[in-house]
Amino acid sequence: MSQIVSLFQAAVYFGTVILFGAVGEILAEKSGNLNLGVPGIMYMGGIAGLIAAFLYENGTANPVPAVAILVTLAAAFVMSMIGGLIYSVLTITLRANQNVTGLTLTIFGSGFANLFGGNLNKMAGGAGQISVAFTSGVYRTKIPFLSDSTGVFGEMFFFYGFLAYVAIIVALAVKWFLNRTSVGLNLRAVGENPATADAAGINVTKYKYVATCVGAGISGLGGLYYTMDYIKGTWATDGSIEKLGWLAVALVIFATWKPNRAIWGAYLFGLLSWVYYYLPGLTRSSQEIFKMLPYVVTLLVLIVVSLRRSKESQPPASLGLAYFREDR
Amino acid sequence: MSKAKKHEPLVHITKRGTLPLWHNLAIRAIGLAAALVVCAIVLYALTGLNPLKIYGAMFKGAFGSARRVWTTIREIMMLLCIGVGLAPAFKMRFWNIGGEGQVLVGGVAAAACMIYLAPNMPLAPVLLIMFVLSALAGAIWGLIPAVFKARWNTNETLFTLMMNYIALQITSFCVSKWENPYGSNTVGIINPTTNAGWFPSIFGQQYMLNVIIVMLIAVAMYLYLKYSKQGFEIAVVGESTNTARYAAINVKRVIIRTVMISGAICGIAGFIAVAGAGHTISTSTAGGRGFTAIIVAWLSKFNSFIMLGVSSLLVFLQRGASEIASQFDLNDFVSEMIKGMILFFILGSEFFINFKVHFRTARKETENK
Amino acid sequence: MEANLAVRMVNITKTFSHVVANNNITLEIRRGEILSLLGENGSGKTTLMNMLSGIYFPDSGQIYVNGEEVSIASPKDALDLHIGMIHQHFKLVDVFTAAENIILGLNEKAVLDLNGVRRAVKEICDRYGFVIDPDKKVYDMSVSEKQTLEIVKVLYRGADILILDEPTAVLTPQETEKLFAVMRNMKADGKSIVIITHKLHEVMEISDRVAVLRKGEYIGEVPTSQTNPQQLTDMMVGKATTLNIGRPEPNGLTERLIVKNLTVKDADGVKKLSNVSFTAYGGEILGIAGISGSGQRELLEAIAGLQDPEEGSSIMFIPPDKEASELVGRDPEDIYKSGVGLAFVPEDRFGMGLVGSMDLVDNIMLRSYKSGKSPIADRKHPRERANKIVEDLEVVTPGLGTPLRRLSGGNVQKILVGREIAAEPSLLMTAYAVRGLDINTSYTIYHLLNEQKAKGAAVIYVGEDLDVLLELCDRIVVLCAGRVSGIVNGRSTRKEEVGLLMTRLSGKENANE
Repeated sequence: MSQIVSLFQAAVYFGTVILFGAVGEILAEKSGNLNLGVPGIMYMGGIAGLIAAFLYENGTANPVPAVAILVTLAAAFVMSMIGGLIYSVLTITLRANQNVTGLTLTIFGSGFANLFGGNLNKMAGGAGQISVAFTSGVYRTKIPFLSDSTGVFGEMFFFYGFLAYVAIIVALAVKWFLNRTSVGLNLRAVGENPATADAAGINVTKYKYVATCVGAGISGLGGLYYTMDYIKGTWATDGSIEKLGWLAVALVIFATWKPNRAIWGAYLFGLLSWVYYYLPGLTRSSQEIFKMLPYVVTLLVLIVVSLRRSKESQPPASLGLAYFREDR
Repeated sequence: MSKAKKHEPLVHITKRGTLPLWHNLAIRAIGLAAALVVCAIVLYALTGLNPLKIYGAMFKGAFGSARRVWTTIREIMMLLCIGVGLAPAFKMRFWNIGGEGQVLVGGVAAAACMIYLAPNMPLAPVLLIMFVLSALAGAIWGLIPAVFKARWNTNETLFTLMMNYIALQITSFCVSKWENPYGSNTVGIINPTTNAGWFPSIFGQQYMLNVIIVMLIAVAMYLYLKYSKQGFEIAVVGESTNTARYAAINVKRVIIRTVMISGAICGIAGFIAVAGAGHTISTSTAGGRGFTAIIVAWLSKFNSFIMLGVSSLLVFLQRGASEIASQFDLNDFVSEMIKGMILFFILGSEFFINFKVHFRTARKETENK
Repeated sequence: MEANLAVRMVNITKTFSHVVANNNITLEIRRGEILSLLGENGSGKTTLMNMLSGIYFPDSGQIYVNGEEVSIASPKDALDLHIGMIHQHFKLVDVFTAAENIILGLNEKAVLDLNGVRRAVKEICDRYGFVIDPDKKVYDMSVSEKQTLEIVKVLYRGADILILDEPTAVLTPQETEKLFAVMRNMKADGKSIVIITHKLHEVMEISDRVAVLRKGEYIGEVPTSQTNPQQLTDMMVGKATTLNIGRPEPNGLTERLIVKNLTVKDADGVKKLSNVSFTAYGGEILGIAGISGSGQRELLEAIAGLQDPEEGSSIMFIPPDKEASELVGRDPEDIYKSGVGLAFVPEDRFGMGLVGSMDLVDNIMLRSYKSGKSPIADRKHPRERANKIVEDLEVVTPGLGTPLRRLSGGNVQKILVGREIAAEPSLLMTAYAVRGLDINTSYTIYHLLNEQKAKGAAVIYVGEDLDVLLELCDRIVVLCAGRVSGIVNGRSTRKEEVGLLMTRLSGKENANE
């Protein structure tokens, strides 16, 4: 039983990281921008949060939890939005190829984050691995009372830091925004058919910019959750954020561009990613084979979607294309 | 007229026709110069070095000694090989971002040969077998997404991306099978004493064979794309599959064939990385080059010789930056960041080659007369 | 300034790279009138109106709306000035419902109020006589439903000036009548309507005033009541022309292509052709007439192996001195390999017939690069052929190495037709071969087709201009909604007869299957 609970928890931890990444990317893709810079953006969000926490903790004798959270959240969100802004300027204004720009952003973000992640302590005159125990502790605070008084139920559902719940709320909010609001309707139109949206008086450029930047901000929270909660306020230059970032891109496909579907998809991916750890009798090498599961499942979904051709589960029709009004 | 709406667009963009070559080159040069200036500023901020000295130090890092020169050349060849491999797929508008995985499976095949075959066979046939098997492994890794693209139009960008990670796990699997010493979770240098299955030195140069193989492939690819019938087919399919079908081209076959060639060359890059450079296999054997090479191929418009130039520039920056990084006790990632920044500028400067920007100021004067 | 002027466009000029689409045009639109903007394909009608609706921005000139000078930089600006345009290619989002499309971009309320939209739509429909289901997805709609939706959308946004770009091109006669009735209702309601068209009978039927453009120049305007089709034609084409296309008697007719029960469905399973049967003979020009989208494209593509016909279809091809062969079930590669001489000038030049980014030689190669066993592509012979085409057809190009996209439409079309003819086909199919070409080039093309006919090739000519079809073709197959509604003799039929067949299936109501 405890094994199952522990697997469930691992799935939620893991899923939360990619859920942020995927929901942000859905927002960007709904505007027609296929942003392959998600891993880079998550890196940038992660490191910005870490740096902010580091500076804050080193700068005050008595850090306040609320301030720590506010400072790190803001830093992560803003830095990720800068990543989205770079991508937007290049692809929307300068009409560079989206795939190439996204990959470049991933290269840049990973370099930027790992440079500071690996050297921050040194730069500040310290030694050894960076650690922001206080802020991380705040992020990892479980729901009081409910988490330890409701037994297994509590361990499964109330055992997580607040960002895990924020992720679900953000996903549902994005779904509501896309389907129920005027601005959401306009945004979907931009991604489906920018010429039509333009003709309807929608400022295509503005929508693409805002959706991509805000989407990047949300994606970046995945990086923040990873550094603060998942690896407990440290930094690892092992490329795991990049892997998670690509899984977030995969999750967008898995969810067929629907944020609500991304929620359970994220946890399923988490489950698939960790199941090897809980299966008895696996050798170290055969575990590696099991770690393929999320990627294989995504491939299967990709194939099924392309076979079914249902109108409702297709990517936004203009995904990947730059819009130029006077094209003829 | 005061009440009338007068918010004319401030800037106005139109597509350009052709641009004179010098103009084209000048725009690129400005973009590159801007990139170098920004990089110098960033490096200055990190290290406090005089920006001019930074590039001196970078030059020293890349070309400071014969050994460094050859390491730089080896790295250029690696990047070029993958770029050349990706070129035909991209020319066909097949977004093969699976170069990373194709390199890895090629590397795994080569490493397997080094471990199981090389100690018991003469070098020449072993290298040949490694070459063929690596190419085959890479080709298969390209074949799978290609078949789905050709048959069901499955999105290849995302498919090849996933294939990278499957390849990565296969590599991890093999690494833990072959680990040496036990428990290290690395393969270590394969055949460190016998050098079995290693590239031989040519003219006393350890990496000469790398250069020969890659340059042969690069030139062959240039000729293939420019002069062969298959190269023509690739260009037509890339422009429009409808036109291709109209021209009696079997689009499915061309897609599958081209992506297999693409994958095979990436597989060969894996072979070179293992037998000709690292003499080991790990999950970082491809080291992100599969992604960087996409940008190399794209910016070079799939021309082998321009790719050589772009690869050289990127490797120079990378090697130079990591030299500075090690001097200042920073980690290697500074070069990744610099690479990203340079590419941002080059990508951005493309815009000014394809589009013309008009500022609307002249018209007002005539109106107010 | 006249008080009843809704719009005045003064000295408008618009240039696309080298082509002057509108040269110094001045146009007035009055309140409560229906104005026809008449001109041939490529005369600059749509470009001019696109500047009024904010799609393009003029290079020079002024626009006045209700007497005030305005700057229309975007469609939103246009809508704010109560100008709405219904484009030929509908600007609708496929995966949205009608209601969602209607409120798109309005942001009337932060949270969508679809019920309110439904009510407002119903009100508009009742007022002018539309029928529309607000919850239907656009991808489930017929063309005429989409058009209705476009008009309702523009009205919902409060447009007082409506521009309709060739609205009847895709409609059946019944649907056209309904549209005209609605237009009259709108006019009675005080709206100004501009209808872009090149169909004279529609101009005469619906409009109050006609303005004519020709090759980007403003030719003039006349009240409809004081003009006649002949005068309008003169204005449109420059001088009164009887076409005088030569039509040599066919000689040595031989069966070349026997199409039987050809049925083709599109990707969505909609029948584009049903049970089409006819025979094309070597030595004649067989015309295909029909309103656009009646299955012309699918027919030619099916013959070329680019469509996958349904069970029971048969296309028998009988090359001279060779065995007859069945083309259904074979792809273009297969057809090419069997060595049958089949040439095809498709409707979509750059989408299918040519590659815009490639030069002349490579485009000539497109049809012949496979010849020979060498893996190296032969560019020598295509170069010679390219030179010959440039010379024979007087193609204006800076050089053989110029990408075709940089050439003018007429030159591109000459290259395409020239290449297809150069292969000396036994069957030549052309779709809208003279679309967008000037008169002289058109005659060059007609002459080339007649030459092929004289050589014994079977020529299939899909055209939109009935006068040309009647003067050029020996026989005419008329398509209506994917069916053959009649096969007539080009020499003895009358325009009215063909026109009737185009819109009706042998006297019956046009059944939309």
